[in-house]
Amino acid sequence: MSNIRLIARLDIKGPNLVKGIHLEGFRVIGGPYEHAKKYYQNGVDELIYMDTVASLYGRNSLIEIIKHTACDIFVPLTVGGGIRSVDDVRNILRAGADKVAINTAAVKRPELIAEVSNNFGCQCMVLSIEAKRDGRGGWEVFTDNGREHTGMGVVEWVKRGEELGAGEIFLTSVDQEGTRKGFDVELVKIVSNTASVPVIASGGMGEIAHLLEVIRKGNVDAVAMADILHYKRRTLYEIRNAVLAEGIKVREI
Amino acid sequence: MKPKVTIIDYGLGNLFSIKRAFEHCDADVKITKSPDDIDNADRLVLPGVGAFSAGIIGLKELHLLEPIKEYALTGRPFLGICLGMQMMMEVSEEFGKHRGLGVIRGTVVPVPSKGKNSEKLKIPHVGWNSLCKPRYIDSWEKTILQGISSGTYMYFVHSYHAVPSDKNSCIAFADYGGHRLSAVISMDYIYGCQFHPERSGKVGLEIIKNFLYI
Repeated sequence: MSNIRLIARLDIKGPNLVKGIHLEGFRVIGGPYEHAKKYYQNGVDELIYMDTVASLYGRNSLIEIIKHTACDIFVPLTVGGGIRSVDDVRNILRAGADKVAINTAAVKRPELIAEVSNNFGCQCMVLSIEAKRDGRGGWEVFTDNGREHTGMGVVEWVKRGEELGAGEIFLTSVDQEGTRKGFDVELVKIVSNTASVPVIASGGMGEIAHLLEVIRKGNVDAVAMADILHYKRRTLYEIRNAVLAEGIKVREI
Repeated sequence: MKPKVTIIDYGLGNLFSIKRAFEHCDADVKITKSPDDIDNADRLVLPGVGAFSAGIIGLKELHLLEPIKEYALTGRPFLGICLGMQMMMEVSEEFGKHRGLGVIRGTVVPVPSKGKNSEKLKIPHVGWNSLCKPRYIDSWEKTILQGISSGTYMYFVHSYHAVPSDKNSCIAFADYGGHRLSAVISMDYIYGCQFHPERSGKVGLEIIKNFLYI
Protein backbone atom coordinates (compact mmCIF):
# COMPACT_ATOMS: atom_id res chain seq x y z
CA MET A 1 0.00 0.00 0.00
CA SER A 2 1.31 3.43 -0.91
CA ASN A 3 0.90 6.46 1.28
CA ILE A 4 -2.59 7.88 0.92
CA ARG A 5 -2.56 10.95 -1.29
CA LEU A 6 -4.45 14.05 -0.18
CA ILE A 7 -5.62 15.81 -3.31
CA ALA A 8 -7.41 19.14 -3.79
CA ARG A 9 -10.10 19.11 -6.45
CA LEU A 10 -10.82 22.43 -8.12
CA ASP A 11 -13.90 22.64 -10.35
CA ILE A 12 -13.43 25.40 -12.86
CA LYS A 13 -15.95 27.42 -14.85
CA GLY A 14 -14.47 29.98 -17.22
CA PRO A 15 -11.90 31.90 -15.20
CA ASN A 16 -13.36 30.90 -11.82
CA LEU A 17 -13.03 28.24 -9.19
CA VAL A 18 -16.57 27.04 -8.47
CA LYS A 19 -18.28 24.52 -6.23
CA GLY A 20 -21.60 22.78 -6.78
CA ILE A 21 -23.83 20.18 -5.19
CA HIS A 22 -24.24 16.88 -7.06
CA LEU A 23 -22.02 18.51 -9.74
CA GLU A 24 -24.70 21.16 -10.37
CA GLY A 25 -25.60 24.72 -9.36
CA PHE A 26 -22.06 26.01 -9.26
CA ARG A 27 -21.18 28.87 -6.93
CA VAL A 28 -18.15 31.03 -7.61
CA ILE A 29 -15.44 30.67 -4.95
CA GLY A 30 -12.61 32.77 -6.40
CA GLY A 31 -9.48 32.41 -8.51
CA PRO A 32 -8.28 28.85 -9.22
CA TYR A 33 -4.59 29.76 -9.27
CA GLU A 34 -4.72 31.58 -5.92
CA HIS A 35 -6.40 28.61 -4.29
CA ALA A 36 -4.06 26.10 -5.91
CA LYS A 37 -1.07 28.11 -4.75
CA LYS A 38 -2.35 28.19 -1.18
CA TYR A 39 -2.99 24.43 -1.19
CA TYR A 40 0.50 23.84 -2.59
CA GLN A 41 2.02 25.93 0.16
CA ASN A 42 -0.04 23.98 2.69
CA GLY A 43 1.40 20.73 1.38
CA VAL A 44 -1.22 19.29 -0.97
CA ASP A 45 -0.03 16.04 -2.60
CA GLU A 46 -1.65 16.67 -5.99
CA LEU A 47 -4.12 18.97 -7.72
CA ILE A 48 -7.06 18.11 -9.95
CA TYR A 49 -8.71 20.74 -12.18
CA MET A 50 -12.09 19.81 -13.62
CA ASP A 51 -13.49 22.10 -16.29
CA THR A 52 -17.23 22.06 -15.64
CA VAL A 53 -18.24 23.75 -18.88
CA ALA A 54 -16.21 21.41 -21.02
CA SER A 55 -17.23 23.06 -24.23
CA LEU A 56 -14.79 23.39 -27.09
CA TYR A 57 -15.30 27.13 -26.98
CA GLY A 58 -13.72 29.19 -24.28
CA ARG A 59 -11.01 26.59 -23.66
CA ASN A 60 -8.37 29.28 -23.74
CA SER A 61 -9.02 30.33 -20.19
CA LEU A 62 -8.46 26.74 -18.98
CA ILE A 63 -5.14 26.54 -20.83
CA GLU A 64 -4.11 29.89 -19.32
CA ILE A 65 -4.99 28.67 -15.83
CA ILE A 66 -2.91 25.50 -16.35
CA LYS A 67 0.05 27.53 -17.63
CA HIS A 68 -0.12 29.92 -14.73
CA THR A 69 -0.31 27.01 -12.28
CA ALA A 70 2.64 25.19 -13.81
CA CYS A 71 4.85 28.27 -13.40
CA ASP A 72 5.43 27.93 -9.71
CA ILE A 73 3.43 25.00 -8.38
CA PHE A 74 5.53 21.85 -8.39
CA VAL A 75 3.18 18.99 -7.56
CA PRO A 76 1.34 16.75 -10.05
CA LEU A 77 -1.59 18.35 -11.85
CA THR A 78 -4.45 16.38 -13.42
CA VAL A 79 -6.85 18.18 -15.75
CA GLY A 80 -10.27 16.93 -16.85
CA GLY A 81 -13.41 18.11 -18.57
CA GLY A 82 -14.19 18.19 -22.28
CA ILE A 83 -11.16 16.20 -23.46
CA ARG A 84 -12.11 14.42 -26.69
CA SER A 85 -8.94 13.54 -28.58
CA VAL A 86 -5.22 12.85 -28.41
CA ASP A 87 -4.67 16.40 -29.66
CA ASP A 88 -6.70 17.81 -26.77
CA VAL A 89 -4.53 15.79 -24.39
CA ARG A 90 -1.34 17.02 -26.01
CA ASN A 91 -2.44 20.66 -25.64
CA ILE A 92 -3.24 20.20 -21.99
CA LEU A 93 0.06 18.44 -21.25
CA ARG A 94 1.97 21.09 -23.19
CA ALA A 95 0.41 23.74 -20.99
CA GLY A 96 1.91 22.00 -17.95
CA ALA A 97 -0.49 19.28 -16.78
CA ASP A 98 0.87 15.81 -15.93
CA LYS A 99 -2.25 13.71 -16.39
CA VAL A 100 -5.69 14.01 -17.95
CA ALA A 101 -8.99 12.78 -16.55
CA ILE A 102 -11.49 11.63 -19.18
CA ASN A 103 -15.11 10.61 -18.64
CA THR A 104 -17.70 11.45 -21.31
CA ALA A 105 -15.49 11.01 -24.38
CA ALA A 106 -14.17 7.69 -23.06
CA VAL A 107 -17.72 6.38 -22.60
CA LYS A 108 -18.65 7.44 -26.13
CA ARG A 109 -15.49 6.02 -27.68
CA PRO A 110 -13.60 3.71 -25.30
CA GLU A 111 -10.66 3.36 -27.74
CA LEU A 112 -9.70 6.89 -26.71
CA ILE A 113 -8.39 5.39 -23.45
CA ALA A 114 -5.99 3.16 -25.39
CA GLU A 115 -4.96 6.00 -27.69
CA VAL A 116 -4.07 8.29 -24.78
CA SER A 117 -2.35 5.50 -22.89
CA ASN A 118 -0.29 4.42 -25.91
CA ASN A 119 0.73 7.95 -26.77
CA PHE A 120 1.52 9.34 -23.33
CA GLY A 121 1.76 6.32 -21.03
CA CYS A 122 -0.90 4.82 -18.77
CA GLN A 123 0.20 7.02 -15.84
CA CYS A 124 -1.18 9.95 -17.83
CA MET A 125 -4.60 8.40 -18.52
CA VAL A 126 -6.92 8.86 -15.55
CA LEU A 127 -10.36 7.39 -16.11
CA SER A 128 -12.87 9.72 -14.50
CA ILE A 129 -16.08 7.98 -13.45
CA GLU A 130 -19.23 9.74 -12.27
CA ALA A 131 -21.24 7.15 -10.38
CA LYS A 132 -24.81 7.16 -9.06
CA ARG A 133 -26.63 4.49 -7.11
CA ASP A 134 -29.03 2.66 -9.40
CA GLY A 135 -31.56 1.73 -6.71
CA ARG A 136 -30.85 -1.98 -7.22
CA GLY A 137 -27.77 -2.22 -5.06
CA GLY A 138 -25.37 -1.24 -7.81
CA TRP A 139 -23.99 1.93 -9.40
CA GLU A 140 -24.45 3.34 -12.87
CA VAL A 141 -21.90 5.37 -14.84
CA PHE A 142 -23.06 8.87 -15.76
CA THR A 143 -21.56 11.43 -18.11
CA ASP A 144 -21.80 15.20 -18.59
CA ASN A 145 -21.48 16.17 -14.92
CA GLY A 146 -23.80 13.45 -13.72
CA ARG A 147 -26.64 14.34 -16.11
CA GLU A 148 -26.63 11.61 -18.75
CA HIS A 149 -27.35 7.91 -18.16
CA THR A 150 -25.11 5.36 -19.83
CA GLY A 151 -26.83 2.17 -18.72
CA MET A 152 -23.39 0.83 -17.81
CA GLY A 153 -22.42 -0.59 -14.41
CA VAL A 154 -19.48 1.03 -12.63
CA VAL A 155 -17.60 -2.20 -11.85
CA GLU A 156 -17.87 -3.39 -15.44
CA TRP A 157 -16.57 -0.03 -16.71
CA VAL A 158 -13.64 -0.05 -14.27
CA LYS A 159 -12.54 -3.45 -15.60
CA ARG A 160 -12.95 -2.37 -19.21
CA GLY A 161 -11.12 0.92 -18.62
CA GLU A 162 -8.19 -0.87 -17.04
CA GLU A 163 -7.93 -3.33 -19.92
CA LEU A 164 -7.83 -0.42 -22.33
CA GLY A 165 -4.95 1.18 -20.43
CA ALA A 166 -6.26 3.54 -17.75
CA GLY A 167 -3.55 4.07 -15.13
CA GLU A 168 -5.77 5.49 -12.40
CA ILE A 169 -9.46 5.74 -11.57
CA PHE A 170 -10.91 9.06 -10.42
CA LEU A 171 -14.22 8.09 -8.86
CA THR A 172 -16.85 10.71 -8.06
CA SER A 173 -20.04 9.79 -6.25
CA VAL A 174 -22.59 12.17 -7.76
CA ASP A 175 -25.02 11.29 -4.96
CA GLN A 176 -22.61 12.45 -2.26
CA GLU A 177 -20.78 15.24 -4.12
CA GLY A 178 -21.15 18.64 -2.43
CA THR A 179 -23.41 17.26 0.32
CA ARG A 180 -20.79 17.17 3.12
CA LYS A 181 -22.42 13.91 4.22
CA GLY A 182 -19.42 11.67 3.71
CA PHE A 183 -18.14 9.46 0.91
CA ASP A 184 -20.07 6.60 -0.66
CA VAL A 185 -17.81 4.13 1.12
CA GLU A 186 -19.44 1.04 -0.37
CA LEU A 187 -18.88 2.34 -3.88
CA VAL A 188 -15.28 3.25 -3.14
CA LYS A 189 -14.61 -0.12 -1.58
CA ILE A 190 -16.01 -2.15 -4.46
CA VAL A 191 -14.10 -0.10 -7.02
CA SER A 192 -10.82 -0.18 -5.04
CA ASN A 193 -11.05 -3.92 -4.63
CA THR A 194 -11.88 -4.43 -8.31
CA ALA A 195 -9.16 -2.17 -9.66
CA SER A 196 -5.51 -3.14 -9.90
CA VAL A 197 -4.66 0.53 -10.56
CA PRO A 198 -4.89 3.26 -7.91
CA VAL A 199 -8.31 4.75 -7.09
CA ILE A 200 -9.00 8.36 -6.08
CA ALA A 201 -12.25 8.84 -4.14
CA SER A 202 -14.17 12.08 -4.59
CA GLY A 203 -17.44 13.48 -3.33
CA GLY A 204 -18.90 14.11 0.08
CA MET A 205 -16.12 15.03 2.47
CA GLY A 206 -17.69 17.25 5.11
CA GLU A 207 -15.36 16.54 8.00
CA ILE A 208 -12.13 14.75 8.80
CA ALA A 209 -14.00 11.73 10.17
CA HIS A 210 -15.35 11.09 6.65
CA LEU A 211 -11.81 10.94 5.34
CA LEU A 212 -10.73 8.47 8.00
CA GLU A 213 -13.76 6.31 7.24
CA VAL A 214 -13.15 6.13 3.49
CA ILE A 215 -9.47 5.32 4.02
CA ARG A 216 -10.17 2.58 6.58
CA LYS A 217 -13.23 0.99 5.04
CA GLY A 218 -12.88 1.96 1.40
CA ASN A 219 -9.31 0.71 0.78
CA VAL A 220 -8.72 3.81 -1.22
CA ASP A 221 -5.36 5.04 -2.55
CA ALA A 222 -6.10 8.75 -2.70
CA VAL A 223 -8.81 11.17 -1.65
CA ALA A 224 -9.92 14.30 -3.49
CA MET A 225 -11.44 17.08 -1.42
CA ALA A 226 -13.05 20.35 -2.43
CA ASP A 227 -15.78 21.90 -0.30
CA ILE A 228 -13.94 21.41 3.01
CA LEU A 229 -10.92 23.32 1.64
CA HIS A 230 -12.60 25.91 -0.56
CA TYR A 231 -14.94 27.04 2.21
CA LYS A 232 -11.97 27.08 4.61
CA ARG A 233 -13.60 24.69 7.04
CA ARG A 234 -10.30 22.83 7.48
CA THR A 235 -6.76 23.41 6.27
CA LEU A 236 -4.67 20.74 4.61
CA TYR A 237 -2.33 21.07 7.53
CA GLU A 238 -5.02 20.11 10.02
CA ILE A 239 -6.24 17.31 7.79
CA ARG A 240 -2.78 15.80 7.30
CA ASN A 241 -1.97 15.97 11.00
CA ALA A 242 -5.29 14.39 11.93
CA VAL A 243 -4.67 11.50 9.53
CA LEU A 244 -1.12 11.02 10.80
CA ALA A 245 -2.36 11.06 14.40
CA GLU A 246 -4.59 8.11 13.51
CA GLY A 247 -1.56 6.15 12.36
CA ILE A 248 -2.53 6.29 8.67
CA LYS A 249 0.36 6.57 6.24
CA VAL A 250 0.52 9.86 4.37
CA ARG A 251 3.40 12.02 3.25
CA GLU A 252 5.03 13.71 6.20
CA ILE A 253 6.11 17.25 5.53
CA MET B 1 26.51 33.43 -14.80
CA LYS B 2 23.48 31.17 -14.72
CA PRO B 3 24.21 27.43 -14.89
CA LYS B 4 23.27 26.00 -18.28
CA VAL B 5 21.19 22.88 -18.75
CA THR B 6 20.20 21.10 -21.94
CA ILE B 7 16.96 19.08 -21.92
CA ILE B 8 16.38 16.48 -24.61
CA ASP B 9 13.03 16.71 -26.43
CA TYR B 10 12.18 13.46 -28.17
CA GLY B 11 8.41 13.84 -28.08
CA LEU B 12 7.76 12.06 -24.77
CA GLY B 13 7.61 13.38 -21.30
CA ASN B 14 6.52 16.35 -19.29
CA LEU B 15 9.17 18.59 -20.79
CA PHE B 16 7.33 21.70 -19.74
CA SER B 17 7.19 20.97 -16.03
CA ILE B 18 10.87 20.06 -16.08
CA LYS B 19 11.78 23.22 -17.95
CA ARG B 20 9.84 25.39 -15.49
CA ALA B 21 11.37 23.65 -12.50
CA PHE B 22 14.89 24.31 -13.81
CA GLU B 23 14.02 27.92 -14.63
CA HIS B 24 12.62 28.32 -11.14
CA CYS B 25 16.06 27.23 -9.90
CA ASP B 26 17.59 29.98 -12.01
CA ALA B 27 19.03 27.84 -14.78
CA ASP B 28 19.56 28.83 -18.37
CA VAL B 29 17.49 26.12 -20.11
CA LYS B 30 17.83 24.89 -23.66
CA ILE B 31 15.41 22.35 -25.07
CA THR B 32 16.79 20.45 -28.00
CA LYS B 33 16.46 17.66 -30.55
CA SER B 34 19.87 18.26 -32.02
CA PRO B 35 22.91 15.95 -31.63
CA ASP B 36 25.23 19.01 -31.73
CA ASP B 37 23.52 20.58 -28.74
CA ILE B 38 24.04 17.35 -26.83
CA ASP B 39 27.76 17.34 -27.72
CA ASN B 40 28.06 20.90 -26.46
CA ALA B 41 25.96 20.59 -23.30
CA ASP B 42 27.32 21.52 -19.87
CA ARG B 43 24.62 19.51 -18.15
CA LEU B 44 22.23 17.13 -19.86
CA VAL B 45 18.75 16.03 -18.80
CA LEU B 46 16.87 13.10 -20.30
CA PRO B 47 13.22 13.33 -19.18
CA GLY B 48 10.48 10.88 -19.99
CA VAL B 49 7.22 9.27 -19.05
CA GLY B 50 5.50 6.45 -20.87
CA ALA B 51 6.69 3.26 -22.52
CA PHE B 52 10.36 2.25 -22.74
CA SER B 53 10.25 1.15 -26.38
CA ALA B 54 8.47 4.36 -27.45
CA GLY B 55 11.20 6.35 -25.70
CA ILE B 56 14.07 4.50 -27.32
CA ILE B 57 12.40 4.68 -30.74
CA GLY B 58 11.92 8.43 -30.24
CA LEU B 59 15.64 8.87 -29.52
CA LYS B 60 16.65 6.62 -32.39
CA GLU B 61 14.53 8.47 -34.96
CA LEU B 62 16.24 11.71 -34.00
CA HIS B 63 19.68 10.02 -34.17
CA LEU B 64 20.29 10.86 -30.54
CA LEU B 65 21.31 7.45 -29.12
CA GLU B 66 25.00 7.72 -30.05
CA PRO B 67 25.43 11.39 -29.06
CA ILE B 68 23.90 10.64 -25.64
CA LYS B 69 26.17 7.63 -25.09
CA GLU B 70 29.19 9.68 -26.10
CA TYR B 71 28.14 12.53 -23.83
CA ALA B 72 27.88 10.10 -20.91
CA LEU B 73 31.52 9.08 -21.45
CA THR B 74 32.77 12.65 -21.12
CA GLY B 75 32.11 12.79 -17.38
CA ARG B 76 29.86 15.85 -17.61
CA PRO B 77 26.71 15.84 -15.41
CA PHE B 78 23.83 13.83 -16.83
CA LEU B 79 20.42 13.35 -15.23
CA GLY B 80 17.74 10.89 -16.32
CA ILE B 81 14.27 11.31 -14.84
CA CYS B 82 11.73 8.44 -14.56
CA LEU B 83 11.70 6.78 -18.00
CA GLY B 84 14.84 8.79 -18.74
CA MET B 85 16.56 6.94 -15.90
CA GLN B 86 15.26 3.60 -17.08
CA MET B 87 16.55 4.23 -20.60
CA MET B 88 20.05 4.69 -19.14
CA MET B 89 20.09 0.95 -18.36
CA GLU B 90 21.20 -1.81 -20.72
CA VAL B 91 17.94 -3.63 -21.26
CA SER B 92 14.24 -3.47 -20.35
CA GLU B 93 11.63 -6.20 -20.05
CA GLU B 94 8.75 -3.82 -20.78
CA PHE B 95 6.55 -5.51 -23.45
CA GLY B 96 9.33 -7.79 -24.70
CA LYS B 97 13.05 -7.12 -24.42
CA HIS B 98 14.39 -3.76 -25.49
CA ARG B 99 17.88 -2.41 -25.51
CA GLY B 100 18.53 0.79 -23.59
CA LEU B 101 21.39 3.28 -23.73
CA GLY B 102 23.57 1.05 -21.56
CA VAL B 103 25.14 4.00 -19.78
CA ILE B 104 24.62 2.21 -16.46
CA ARG B 105 24.80 -1.58 -16.28
CA GLY B 106 21.61 -3.33 -15.32
CA THR B 107 18.04 -4.07 -16.31
CA VAL B 108 14.52 -2.65 -16.05
CA VAL B 109 11.89 -5.02 -14.67
CA PRO B 110 8.20 -4.73 -13.65
CA VAL B 111 7.29 -3.41 -10.20
CA PRO B 112 6.00 -6.51 -8.34
CA SER B 113 2.19 -6.59 -8.06
CA LYS B 114 2.35 -8.48 -4.77
CA GLY B 115 4.04 -7.33 -1.58
CA LYS B 116 6.37 -9.39 0.57
CA ASN B 117 3.37 -10.50 2.65
CA SER B 118 1.57 -11.36 -0.62
CA GLU B 119 -0.77 -8.38 -0.29
CA LYS B 120 -2.00 -6.83 -3.54
CA LEU B 121 0.07 -3.84 -4.70
CA LYS B 122 -1.44 -1.26 -7.02
CA ILE B 123 0.39 -0.77 -10.32
CA PRO B 124 1.50 1.85 -11.34
CA HIS B 125 3.23 2.72 -8.08
CA VAL B 126 1.79 6.23 -7.77
CA GLY B 127 2.32 8.69 -4.98
CA TRP B 128 4.67 10.11 -2.40
CA ASN B 129 7.16 7.64 -1.05
CA SER B 130 10.18 8.22 1.16
CA LEU B 131 13.82 7.98 0.13
CA CYS B 132 15.84 5.47 2.11
CA LYS B 133 19.60 5.36 2.33
CA PRO B 134 21.03 1.86 1.84
CA ARG B 135 23.45 0.66 4.51
CA TYR B 136 26.41 0.57 2.12
CA ILE B 137 26.05 4.32 1.43
CA ASP B 138 27.74 6.46 4.08
CA SER B 139 26.46 9.81 3.04
CA TRP B 140 24.65 11.70 0.29
CA GLU B 141 27.18 14.54 0.46
CA LYS B 142 28.49 15.56 -2.95
CA THR B 143 25.62 13.81 -4.74
CA ILE B 144 22.37 15.29 -6.03
CA LEU B 145 20.84 14.27 -2.67
CA GLN B 146 23.16 16.55 -0.72
CA GLY B 147 21.23 18.25 2.09
CA ILE B 148 18.23 15.91 1.75
CA SER B 149 17.41 13.81 4.81
CA SER B 150 16.76 10.13 4.61
CA GLY B 151 12.98 9.63 4.84
CA THR B 152 12.13 12.65 2.68
CA TYR B 153 9.10 12.07 0.45
CA MET B 154 9.22 12.31 -3.33
CA TYR B 155 6.55 11.82 -6.00
CA PHE B 156 6.76 8.51 -7.88
CA VAL B 157 4.73 7.23 -10.79
CA HIS B 158 5.99 4.14 -12.61
CA SER B 159 5.20 0.50 -13.42
CA TYR B 160 8.80 -0.63 -14.05
CA HIS B 161 11.98 -0.10 -12.07
CA ALA B 162 15.71 -0.22 -12.69
CA VAL B 163 17.93 -2.87 -11.16
CA PRO B 164 21.60 -1.91 -11.53
CA SER B 165 24.10 -4.79 -11.80
CA ASP B 166 26.34 -3.10 -9.27
CA LYS B 167 24.09 -2.57 -6.27
CA ASN B 168 26.39 0.21 -5.04
CA SER B 169 25.17 2.41 -7.85
CA CYS B 170 21.75 2.56 -6.16
CA ILE B 171 22.27 5.40 -3.67
CA ALA B 172 18.63 5.70 -2.56
CA PHE B 173 15.69 3.34 -2.68
CA ALA B 174 11.97 3.42 -1.98
CA ASP B 175 10.12 0.66 -0.18
CA TYR B 176 6.98 -0.66 -1.90
CA GLY B 177 5.32 -3.58 -0.16
CA GLY B 178 8.69 -4.69 1.21
CA HIS B 179 10.40 -4.49 -2.20
CA ARG B 180 13.32 -2.16 -2.72
CA LEU B 181 12.83 0.02 -5.79
CA SER B 182 15.83 2.03 -7.01
CA ALA B 183 14.99 5.69 -6.43
CA VAL B 184 18.34 7.25 -7.32
CA ILE B 185 21.14 5.56 -9.19
CA SER B 186 24.49 7.14 -9.76
CA MET B 187 27.81 6.53 -11.40
CA ASP B 188 30.28 9.41 -11.24
CA TYR B 189 28.32 12.38 -12.59
CA ILE B 190 25.58 10.30 -14.15
CA TYR B 191 22.36 10.28 -12.13
CA GLY B 192 18.99 8.68 -12.55
CA CYS B 193 15.90 9.59 -10.51
CA GLN B 194 12.93 7.25 -10.62
CA PHE B 195 10.75 9.84 -8.92
CA HIS B 196 9.91 13.25 -10.35
CA PRO B 197 11.97 15.98 -8.63
CA GLU B 198 10.10 18.56 -10.71
CA ARG B 199 6.79 17.39 -9.16
CA SER B 200 8.04 16.79 -5.62
CA GLY B 201 7.50 20.26 -4.22
CA LYS B 202 10.24 22.27 -2.53
CA VAL B 203 12.47 19.29 -1.67
CA GLY B 204 12.33 18.16 -5.30
CA LEU B 205 13.56 21.57 -6.38
CA GLU B 206 16.51 21.16 -3.98
CA ILE B 207 17.61 18.12 -5.96
CA ILE B 208 17.34 20.08 -9.21
CA LYS B 209 19.45 22.84 -7.69
CA ASN B 210 22.03 20.31 -6.54
CA PHE B 211 22.28 18.95 -10.08
CA LEU B 212 22.95 22.47 -11.37
CA TYR B 213 25.90 22.98 -9.05
CA ILE B 214 27.39 19.50 -9.05
